Amino acid sequence: MKFTLKIWRQKNATAKGEMISYDVAGISPDSSFFEMLDTLNQNLVMTGGEPVAFDHDCREGICGTCSLYINGRPHGPVKGVTTCQLHMRSFVDGDTIHIEPWRAKAFPVIRDLVVDRSAFDKIIQAGGYVSVNTGGVPDANTIPVPKEKSEAAMDAAACIGCGACVAACSNAAAMLFIGAKVSHLALLPQGKVEAAMRVQKMVACLDELGFGLCSNTYACEAECPKGISVANIARMNRQFIGAKLFSEKEKTVRDSL
Amino acid sequence: MLLYSSITKKVFMALAGLFLISFLCVHLGINLMLLKDDGGRAFTEAATFMGTNALIKIFEIVLFAGFFIHIFFGLLVSGQNKSARPSPYAVSNHSETAPFSKYMFHTGIIVLIFLAIHFFDFYFIKIGLVAPPPGVPAHDFYHRTLLLFSSPWYSLLYITCFVVLGIHLNHAIQSAIQTLGWNHSKYMDAVKVIGSVYSCTIAAGFTLVPLFILFFRR
Repeated sequence: MKFTLKIWRQKNATAKGEMISYDVAGISPDSSFFEMLDTLNQNLVMTGGEPVAFDHDCREGICGTCSLYINGRPHGPVKGVTTCQLHMRSFVDGDTIHIEPWRAKAFPVIRDLVVDRSAFDKIIQAGGYVSVNTGGVPDANTIPVPKEKSEAAMDAAACIGCGACVAACSNAAAMLFIGAKVSHLALLPQGKVEAAMRVQKMVACLDELGFGLCSNTYACEAECPKGISVANIARMNRQFIGAKLFSEKEKTVRDSL
Repeated sequence: MLLYSSITKKVFMALAGLFLISFLCVHLGINLMLLKDDGGRAFTEAATFMGTNALIKIFEIVLFAGFFIHIFFGLLVSGQNKSARPSPYAVSNHSETAPFSKYMFHTGIIVLIFLAIHFFDFYFIKIGLVAPPPGVPAHDFYHRTLLLFSSPWYSLLYITCFVVLGIHLNHAIQSAIQTLGWNHSKYMDAVKVIGSVYSCTIAAGFTLVPLFILFFRR
Protein backbone atom coordinates (compact mmCIF):
# COMPACT_ATOMS: atom_id res chain seq x y z
CA MET A 1 0.00 0.00 0.00
CA LYS A 2 1.10 3.60 -0.47
CA PHE A 3 0.03 6.70 1.36
CA THR A 4 0.51 10.45 1.37
CA LEU A 5 1.12 11.59 4.94
CA LYS A 6 0.58 15.15 6.08
CA ILE A 7 2.39 15.36 9.40
CA TRP A 8 2.75 18.18 11.94
CA ARG A 9 6.45 19.01 12.23
CA GLN A 10 7.67 21.28 15.01
CA LYS A 11 11.33 21.51 16.02
CA ASN A 12 10.73 22.24 19.72
CA ALA A 13 8.22 23.64 22.19
CA THR A 14 8.78 27.26 21.14
CA ALA A 15 9.27 26.80 17.38
CA LYS A 16 6.47 27.44 14.92
CA GLY A 17 5.27 24.20 13.38
CA GLU A 18 3.63 23.30 10.07
CA MET A 19 2.07 20.38 8.22
CA ILE A 20 4.63 18.68 5.93
CA SER A 21 3.74 16.17 3.22
CA TYR A 22 5.53 12.80 2.88
CA ASP A 23 4.96 9.79 0.62
CA VAL A 24 5.41 6.22 1.84
CA ALA A 25 5.14 3.10 -0.32
CA GLY A 26 5.45 -0.66 0.08
CA ILE A 27 3.41 -0.74 3.31
CA SER A 28 1.82 -4.07 4.25
CA PRO A 29 -1.91 -3.88 5.05
CA ASP A 30 -1.09 -5.92 8.18
CA SER A 31 1.51 -3.50 9.48
CA SER A 32 0.52 -1.29 12.40
CA PHE A 33 0.25 2.47 12.09
CA PHE A 34 3.51 2.83 14.00
CA GLU A 35 5.30 0.31 11.77
CA MET A 36 4.23 2.49 8.86
CA LEU A 37 5.66 5.56 10.67
CA ASP A 38 8.82 3.53 11.44
CA THR A 39 9.16 2.90 7.70
CA LEU A 40 8.79 6.62 7.02
CA ASN A 41 11.40 7.44 9.69
CA GLN A 42 13.78 4.83 8.27
CA ASN A 43 13.43 6.47 4.84
CA LEU A 44 13.98 9.92 6.40
CA VAL A 45 17.13 8.77 8.22
CA MET A 46 18.50 7.11 5.07
CA THR A 47 17.99 10.30 3.07
CA GLY A 48 19.51 12.53 5.74
CA GLY A 49 16.20 13.92 7.03
CA GLU A 50 15.05 14.33 10.62
CA PRO A 51 12.79 11.45 11.78
CA VAL A 52 9.29 12.29 13.02
CA ALA A 53 9.06 12.23 16.83
CA PHE A 54 6.01 10.42 18.24
CA ASP A 55 5.14 8.83 21.60
CA HIS A 56 4.92 5.04 21.86
CA ASP A 57 5.88 2.39 24.36
CA CYS A 58 4.10 -0.94 24.89
CA ARG A 59 2.53 -1.08 21.40
CA GLU A 60 -0.22 -3.34 22.73
CA GLY A 61 -2.78 -0.79 23.90
CA ILE A 62 -2.22 -0.87 27.64
CA CYS A 63 0.31 1.81 28.54
CA GLY A 64 -1.42 4.99 27.35
CA THR A 65 1.76 6.46 25.91
CA CYS A 66 0.74 6.66 22.26
CA SER A 67 -1.43 9.46 20.95
CA LEU A 68 -1.86 10.97 17.43
CA TYR A 69 -4.87 12.78 16.03
CA ILE A 70 -5.43 10.95 12.74
CA ASN A 71 -7.78 12.41 10.10
CA GLY A 72 -9.72 14.37 12.72
CA ARG A 73 -10.00 11.57 15.29
CA PRO A 74 -7.80 10.67 18.27
CA HIS A 75 -6.26 7.20 17.80
CA GLY A 76 -7.62 7.10 14.24
CA PRO A 77 -10.78 5.77 12.62
CA VAL A 78 -11.27 2.50 14.54
CA LYS A 79 -13.39 2.54 17.72
CA GLY A 80 -11.98 1.22 20.99
CA VAL A 81 -8.30 1.01 20.02
CA THR A 82 -5.17 3.00 20.64
CA THR A 83 -2.99 4.17 17.75
CA CYS A 84 -0.58 1.30 18.34
CA GLN A 85 -3.45 -1.17 17.78
CA LEU A 86 -4.46 0.52 14.52
CA HIS A 87 -3.54 -1.31 11.29
CA MET A 88 -3.03 0.05 7.81
CA ARG A 89 -5.84 -2.18 6.47
CA SER A 90 -8.19 0.34 8.10
CA PHE A 91 -7.16 2.82 5.39
CA VAL A 92 -7.65 2.76 1.62
CA ASP A 93 -4.60 2.37 -0.63
CA GLY A 94 -3.48 5.79 -1.84
CA ASP A 95 -5.19 7.65 1.04
CA THR A 96 -3.95 10.98 2.32
CA ILE A 97 -3.59 10.70 6.10
CA HIS A 98 -3.40 13.81 8.31
CA ILE A 99 -1.45 13.23 11.51
CA GLU A 100 -1.47 15.88 14.24
CA PRO A 101 -0.52 16.03 17.92
CA TRP A 102 -3.18 16.34 20.67
CA ARG A 103 -4.20 20.01 20.80
CA ALA A 104 -4.89 21.60 24.19
CA LYS A 105 -3.44 24.45 26.21
CA ALA A 106 -2.78 21.96 29.01
CA PHE A 107 -0.93 19.60 26.60
CA PRO A 108 1.79 21.77 24.98
CA VAL A 109 3.61 20.30 21.97
CA ILE A 110 7.21 19.43 22.82
CA ARG A 111 8.31 18.28 19.39
CA ASP A 112 6.50 17.10 16.22
CA LEU A 113 3.72 14.79 17.47
CA VAL A 114 4.86 14.58 21.09
CA VAL A 115 2.91 16.53 23.71
CA ASP A 116 3.55 17.05 27.41
CA ARG A 117 0.79 15.24 29.27
CA SER A 118 2.18 15.83 32.76
CA ALA A 119 -1.00 17.82 33.51
CA PHE A 120 -2.66 14.42 34.06
CA ASP A 121 0.06 13.45 36.56
CA LYS A 122 -0.60 16.66 38.47
CA ILE A 123 -4.31 15.83 38.71
CA ILE A 124 -3.47 12.37 40.09
CA GLN A 125 -0.99 13.88 42.55
CA ALA A 126 -3.72 16.24 43.76
CA GLY A 127 -5.86 13.40 45.09
CA GLY A 128 -5.97 10.34 42.88
CA TYR A 129 -4.75 7.96 45.55
CA VAL A 130 -5.80 6.10 48.70
CA SER A 131 -3.88 6.81 51.92
CA VAL A 132 -3.03 3.60 53.76
CA ASN A 133 -0.71 2.84 56.64
CA THR A 134 2.24 0.66 55.86
CA GLY A 135 2.46 -2.69 57.59
CA GLY A 136 1.52 -6.26 56.96
CA VAL A 137 -0.47 -7.18 53.88
CA PRO A 138 -4.17 -7.38 54.88
CA ASP A 139 -6.08 -10.55 54.13
CA ALA A 140 -7.73 -10.44 50.69
CA ASN A 141 -11.30 -10.54 52.00
CA THR A 142 -10.93 -8.29 55.03
CA ILE A 143 -13.02 -5.60 53.35
CA PRO A 144 -16.01 -7.04 51.47
CA VAL A 145 -16.59 -5.42 48.05
CA PRO A 146 -19.85 -6.09 46.17
CA LYS A 147 -19.20 -7.74 42.80
CA GLU A 148 -21.05 -5.06 40.76
CA LYS A 149 -19.13 -2.26 42.52
CA SER A 150 -15.79 -3.92 41.88
CA GLU A 151 -16.77 -4.40 38.21
CA ALA A 152 -17.81 -0.73 37.85
CA ALA A 153 -14.61 0.39 39.60
CA MET A 154 -12.58 -1.83 37.27
CA ASP A 155 -14.36 -0.37 34.21
CA ALA A 156 -13.38 3.13 35.35
CA ALA A 157 -9.86 2.00 36.27
CA ALA A 158 -9.38 0.80 32.67
CA CYS A 159 -8.44 4.44 31.85
CA ILE A 160 -4.85 4.45 30.58
CA GLY A 161 -4.55 8.25 30.75
CA CYS A 162 -3.74 8.65 27.06
CA GLY A 163 -5.60 11.97 26.76
CA ALA A 164 -7.80 11.03 23.78
CA CYS A 165 -10.79 12.45 25.70
CA VAL A 166 -9.12 15.87 25.86
CA ALA A 167 -8.01 15.65 22.22
CA ALA A 168 -11.52 14.76 21.01
CA CYS A 169 -13.38 17.29 23.16
CA SER A 170 -14.36 20.48 21.36
CA ASN A 171 -13.53 22.30 24.64
CA ALA A 172 -10.32 20.36 25.44
CA ALA A 173 -11.93 19.28 28.72
CA ALA A 174 -10.48 16.47 30.81
CA MET A 175 -13.73 15.50 32.50
CA LEU A 176 -13.76 11.88 31.34
CA PHE A 177 -10.23 11.33 32.63
CA ILE A 178 -10.88 12.89 36.04
CA GLY A 179 -14.36 11.31 36.19
CA ALA A 180 -12.81 7.87 35.68
CA LYS A 181 -10.11 8.50 38.28
CA VAL A 182 -12.55 9.85 40.88
CA SER A 183 -15.02 7.03 40.18
CA HIS A 184 -12.72 4.06 40.35
CA LEU A 185 -11.59 5.01 43.85
CA ALA A 186 -14.94 6.29 45.13
CA LEU A 187 -16.74 3.07 44.18
CA LEU A 188 -14.57 0.97 46.49
CA PRO A 189 -14.78 1.02 50.30
CA GLN A 190 -11.06 1.80 50.54
CA GLY A 191 -11.57 4.97 48.50
CA LYS A 192 -14.73 6.18 50.23
CA VAL A 193 -12.82 7.52 53.26
CA GLU A 194 -11.18 10.34 51.30
CA ALA A 195 -13.80 10.65 48.54
CA ALA A 196 -15.12 14.12 49.43
CA MET A 197 -11.66 15.61 49.84
CA ARG A 198 -10.34 13.84 46.73
CA VAL A 199 -12.94 15.11 44.28
CA GLN A 200 -12.57 18.72 45.45
CA LYS A 201 -8.78 18.68 45.27
CA MET A 202 -8.70 17.00 41.86
CA VAL A 203 -11.24 19.42 40.36
CA ALA A 204 -9.37 22.42 41.81
CA CYS A 205 -6.15 21.13 40.23
CA LEU A 206 -7.90 20.50 36.91
CA ASP A 207 -9.15 24.10 36.83
CA GLU A 208 -5.65 25.47 37.45
CA LEU A 209 -4.21 23.55 34.49
CA GLY A 210 -6.26 25.32 31.83
CA PHE A 211 -8.51 22.52 30.57
CA GLY A 212 -11.90 23.51 29.15
CA LEU A 213 -15.29 22.79 30.69
CA CYS A 214 -17.53 19.88 29.78
CA SER A 215 -20.47 20.61 27.47
CA ASN A 216 -21.62 16.99 27.37
CA THR A 217 -20.98 16.36 23.67
CA TYR A 218 -19.77 12.87 24.65
CA ALA A 219 -17.03 12.87 21.98
CA CYS A 220 -14.75 11.66 24.80
CA GLU A 221 -16.77 8.49 25.36
CA ALA A 222 -16.89 7.84 21.60
CA GLU A 223 -13.11 8.14 21.26
CA CYS A 224 -11.92 6.55 24.53
CA PRO A 225 -9.88 3.47 23.57
CA LYS A 226 -11.04 1.81 26.78
CA GLY A 227 -14.74 2.68 26.36
CA ILE A 228 -15.00 4.63 29.63
CA SER A 229 -18.60 5.80 30.11
CA VAL A 230 -19.65 9.42 30.64
CA ALA A 231 -21.70 8.10 33.59
CA ASN A 232 -18.37 8.47 35.43
CA ILE A 233 -18.48 12.23 34.79
CA ALA A 234 -21.98 12.38 36.26
CA ARG A 235 -20.80 10.39 39.29
CA MET A 236 -17.97 12.86 39.80
CA ASN A 237 -20.34 15.83 39.44
CA ARG A 238 -22.67 14.21 41.98
CA GLN A 239 -19.79 13.68 44.38
CA PHE A 240 -18.44 17.18 43.85
CA ILE A 241 -21.82 18.83 44.50
CA GLY A 242 -22.33 16.66 47.59
CA ALA A 243 -18.83 17.39 48.88
CA LYS A 244 -19.18 21.15 48.36
CA LEU A 245 -22.58 21.26 50.03
CA PHE A 246 -22.10 18.91 52.96
CA SER A 247 -18.42 18.68 53.83
CA GLU A 248 -17.30 20.39 57.02
CA LYS A 249 -15.36 23.63 56.92
CA GLU A 250 -11.65 22.85 56.90
CA LYS A 251 -9.97 23.44 60.27
CA THR A 252 -7.20 25.97 60.27
CA VAL A 253 -4.17 26.00 62.60
CA ARG A 254 -5.79 28.92 64.50
CA ASP A 255 -8.90 26.77 65.18
CA SER A 256 -6.88 24.03 66.80
CA LEU A 257 -4.92 26.33 69.09
CA MET B 1 -18.40 34.10 40.27
CA LEU B 2 -15.37 34.17 37.99
CA LEU B 3 -13.43 32.06 40.47
CA TYR B 4 -16.03 29.32 40.87
CA SER B 5 -14.81 25.85 39.94
CA SER B 6 -15.64 24.51 36.50
CA ILE B 7 -18.32 22.16 37.87
CA THR B 8 -19.93 24.90 40.01
CA LYS B 9 -20.25 27.17 36.96
CA LYS B 10 -21.86 24.35 35.01
CA VAL B 11 -24.23 23.53 37.87
CA PHE B 12 -25.41 27.14 38.04
CA MET B 13 -25.93 27.13 34.27
CA ALA B 14 -27.84 23.85 34.42
CA LEU B 15 -30.13 24.95 37.28
CA ALA B 16 -30.86 28.32 35.66
CA GLY B 17 -31.46 26.55 32.34
CA LEU B 18 -33.92 24.09 33.85
CA PHE B 19 -35.78 27.00 35.47
CA LEU B 20 -35.98 28.80 32.10
CA ILE B 21 -37.26 25.59 30.51
CA SER B 22 -40.11 25.44 33.02
CA PHE B 23 -40.90 29.10 32.34
CA LEU B 24 -41.21 28.37 28.59
CA CYS B 25 -44.05 25.98 29.41
CA VAL B 26 -46.03 28.78 31.14
CA HIS B 27 -45.31 31.20 28.28
CA LEU B 28 -46.43 28.65 25.71
CA GLY B 29 -49.68 28.11 27.59
CA ILE B 30 -50.48 31.83 27.41
CA ASN B 31 -49.44 32.09 23.74
CA LEU B 32 -51.72 29.22 22.76
CA MET B 33 -54.67 31.28 24.02
CA LEU B 34 -54.14 33.37 20.87
CA LEU B 35 -55.54 30.43 18.92
CA LYS B 36 -58.91 30.84 20.69
CA ASP B 37 -61.43 32.62 18.51
CA ASP B 38 -62.64 35.11 21.14
CA GLY B 39 -61.15 38.36 19.86
CA GLY B 40 -58.17 37.94 22.19
CA ARG B 41 -60.16 38.08 25.43
CA ALA B 42 -58.55 35.03 27.09
CA PHE B 43 -55.07 36.08 25.93
CA THR B 44 -55.48 39.65 27.15
CA GLU B 45 -56.80 38.45 30.51
CA ALA B 46 -53.80 36.14 30.93
CA ALA B 47 -51.39 38.90 29.85
CA THR B 48 -52.99 41.34 32.30
CA PHE B 49 -52.76 38.75 35.09
CA MET B 50 -49.08 38.18 34.31
CA GLY B 51 -48.50 41.92 34.25
CA THR B 52 -50.30 42.83 37.49
CA ASN B 53 -50.20 39.86 39.89
CA ALA B 54 -47.82 40.56 42.78
CA LEU B 55 -46.50 36.98 43.01
CA ILE B 56 -45.80 36.93 39.28
CA LYS B 57 -43.97 40.24 39.63
CA ILE B 58 -41.67 38.71 42.25
CA PHE B 59 -41.14 35.70 39.99
CA GLU B 60 -40.25 38.07 37.18
CA ILE B 61 -37.17 39.08 39.18
CA VAL B 62 -36.29 35.39 39.64
CA LEU B 63 -36.80 34.91 35.91
CA PHE B 64 -34.43 37.74 35.05
CA ALA B 65 -31.90 36.31 37.51
CA GLY B 66 -32.30 32.98 35.69
CA PHE B 67 -31.64 34.64 32.33
CA PHE B 68 -28.67 36.52 33.72
CA ILE B 69 -27.05 33.47 35.35
CA HIS B 70 -27.56 31.25 32.31
CA ILE B 71 -26.29 33.84 29.81
CA PHE B 72 -23.44 35.11 32.01
CA PHE B 73 -22.07 31.65 32.78
CA GLY B 74 -22.73 30.56 29.19
CA LEU B 75 -20.50 33.32 27.84
CA LEU B 76 -17.91 32.80 30.59
CA VAL B 77 -17.71 29.04 30.04
CA SER B 78 -17.57 29.44 26.25
CA GLY B 79 -14.68 31.90 26.58
CA GLN B 80 -12.84 29.52 28.88
CA ASN B 81 -13.46 26.62 26.47
CA LYS B 82 -12.16 28.63 23.54
CA SER B 83 -8.95 29.47 25.39
CA ALA B 84 -8.42 25.81 26.33
CA ARG B 85 -7.35 25.07 22.74
CA PRO B 86 -5.34 28.05 21.49
CA SER B 87 -4.01 26.31 18.36
CA PRO B 88 -6.73 24.52 16.43
CA TYR B 89 -6.45 21.25 14.50
CA ALA B 90 -5.74 21.36 10.77
CA VAL B 91 -8.47 18.75 10.23
CA SER B 92 -11.72 19.51 12.04
CA ASN B 93 -12.99 16.93 14.52
CA HIS B 94 -14.84 13.90 13.16
CA SER B 95 -15.70 12.30 16.50
CA GLU B 96 -19.21 11.02 17.10
CA THR B 97 -21.09 13.46 19.34
CA ALA B 98 -24.57 13.93 20.80
CA PRO B 99 -26.80 15.63 18.17
CA PHE B 100 -26.17 19.41 17.87
CA SER B 101 -24.25 19.35 21.18
CA LYS B 102 -21.26 21.15 19.63
CA TYR B 103 -23.42 24.11 18.64
CA MET B 104 -24.88 25.10 22.03
CA PHE B 105 -22.99 28.41 21.97
CA HIS B 106 -24.14 29.25 18.43
CA THR B 107 -27.78 28.32 19.04
CA GLY B 108 -27.61 30.13 22.39
CA ILE B 109 -26.45 33.35 20.70
CA ILE B 110 -29.32 33.18 18.18
CA VAL B 111 -31.79 32.69 21.05
CA LEU B 112 -30.17 35.65 22.84
CA ILE B 113 -30.67 37.84 19.77
CA PHE B 114 -34.29 36.71 19.63
CA LEU B 115 -34.66 37.58 23.32
CA ALA B 116 -33.45 41.12 22.57
CA ILE B 117 -35.95 41.49 19.71
CA HIS B 118 -38.71 40.10 21.92
CA PHE B 119 -37.87 42.65 24.62
CA PHE B 120 -38.14 45.49 22.10
CA ASP B 121 -41.43 44.14 20.78
CA PHE B 122 -43.19 43.39 24.04
CA TYR B 123 -41.39 43.90 27.33
CA PHE B 124 -40.42 47.55 26.84
CA ILE B 125 -44.04 48.24 25.98
CA LYS B 126 -45.21 46.37 29.05
CA ILE B 127 -43.05 48.39 31.41
CA GLY B 128 -44.04 51.61 29.66
CA LEU B 129 -40.72 52.51 27.98
CA VAL B 130 -42.46 52.79 24.63
CA ALA B 131 -45.49 55.09 24.44
CA PRO B 132 -48.61 53.84 22.61
CA PRO B 133 -49.25 55.28 19.12
CA PRO B 134 -51.24 58.55 19.04
CA GLY B 135 -54.97 58.06 19.42
CA VAL B 136 -54.59 54.72 21.24
CA PRO B 137 -55.08 54.96 25.03
CA ALA B 138 -52.98 51.90 25.96
CA HIS B 139 -50.97 49.16 24.33
CA ASP B 140 -52.87 46.01 23.57
CA PHE B 141 -50.72 42.87 23.35
CA TYR B 142 -53.32 40.99 21.33
CA HIS B 143 -53.44 43.49 18.48
CA ARG B 144 -49.71 44.06 18.67
CA THR B 145 -49.16 40.33 18.19
CA LEU B 146 -51.55 40.21 15.25
CA LEU B 147 -49.81 43.21 13.70
CA LEU B 148 -46.32 41.70 14.06
CA PHE B 149 -47.34 38.28 12.79
CA SER B 150 -49.18 39.79 9.82
CA SER B 151 -45.72 40.29 8.34
CA PRO B 152 -44.50 37.00 6.79
CA TRP B 153 -40.88 38.11 7.29
CA TYR B 154 -41.35 38.69 11.00
CA SER B 155 -43.15 35.34 11.28
CA LEU B 156 -40.33 33.60 9.42
CA LEU B 157 -37.75 35.14 11.76
CA TYR B 158 -39.83 34.11 14.77
CA ILE B 159 -40.27 30.55 13.51
CA THR B 160 -36.56 30.21 12.68
CA CYS B 161 -35.63 31.37 16.17
CA PHE B 162 -37.92 28.81 17.77
CA VAL B 163 -36.55 25.98 15.62
CA VAL B 164 -33.09 27.02 16.84
CA LEU B 165 -34.38 27.13 20.42
CA GLY B 166 -35.76 23.60 19.92
CA ILE B 167 -32.31 22.44 18.80
CA HIS B 168 -30.76 24.15 21.85
CA LEU B 169 -33.26 22.51 24.22
CA ASN B 170 -32.89 19.06 22.66
CA HIS B 171 -29.37 18.83 24.06
CA ALA B 172 -29.95 21.14 27.02
CA ILE B 173 -32.30 18.97 29.05
CA GLN B 174 -30.24 15.78 29.10
CA SER B 175 -27.06 17.86 29.40
CA ALA B 176 -28.39 19.58 32.54
CA ILE B 177 -29.32 16.19 34.04
CA GLN B 178 -25.79 14.91 33.31
CA THR B 179 -24.16 18.05 34.78
CA LEU B 180 -26.21 17.79 37.95
CA GLY B 181 -24.99 14.21 38.28
CA TRP B 182 -28.41 12.62 37.85
CA ASN B 183 -27.25 10.40 34.96
CA HIS B 184 -28.57 6.97 35.81
CA SER B 185 -28.27 3.79 33.77
CA LYS B 186 -32.01 3.06 34.18
CA TYR B 187 -33.42 6.50 33.38
CA MET B 188 -30.96 8.32 31.08
CA ASP B 189 -32.50 6.98 27.85
CA ALA B 190 -35.93 8.12 29.06
CA VAL B 191 -34.50 11.55 29.94
CA LYS B 192 -33.13 11.91 26.39
CA VAL B 193 -36.50 10.98 24.87
CA ILE B 194 -38.38 13.34 27.22
CA GLY B 195 -35.89 16.12 26.34
CA SER B 196 -36.44 15.61 22.62
CA VAL B 197 -40.23 15.45 22.96
CA TYR B 198 -40.27 18.57 25.17
CA SER B 199 -38.04 20.54 22.79
CA CYS B 200 -40.18 19.55 19.79
CA THR B 201 -43.34 20.52 21.71
CA ILE B 202 -41.91 23.94 22.60
CA ALA B 203 -40.70 24.62 19.05
CA ALA B 204 -43.94 23.38 17.47
CA GLY B 205 -46.20 25.11 20.01
CA PHE B 206 -44.61 28.53 19.62
CA THR B 207 -44.43 28.32 15.81
CA LEU B 208 -48.08 27.27 15.64
CA VAL B 209 -49.21 30.78 16.66
CA PRO B 210 -47.66 32.80 13.78
CA LEU B 211 -48.60 30.08 11.27
CA PHE B 212 -52.20 30.13 12.49
CA ILE B 213 -52.38 33.93 12.36
CA LEU B 214 -50.69 34.05 8.96
CA PHE B 215 -53.03 31.52 7.36
CA PHE B 216 -56.31 31.72 9.27
CA ARG B 217 -56.61 35.22 10.73
CA ARG B 218 -55.89 37.47 7.77
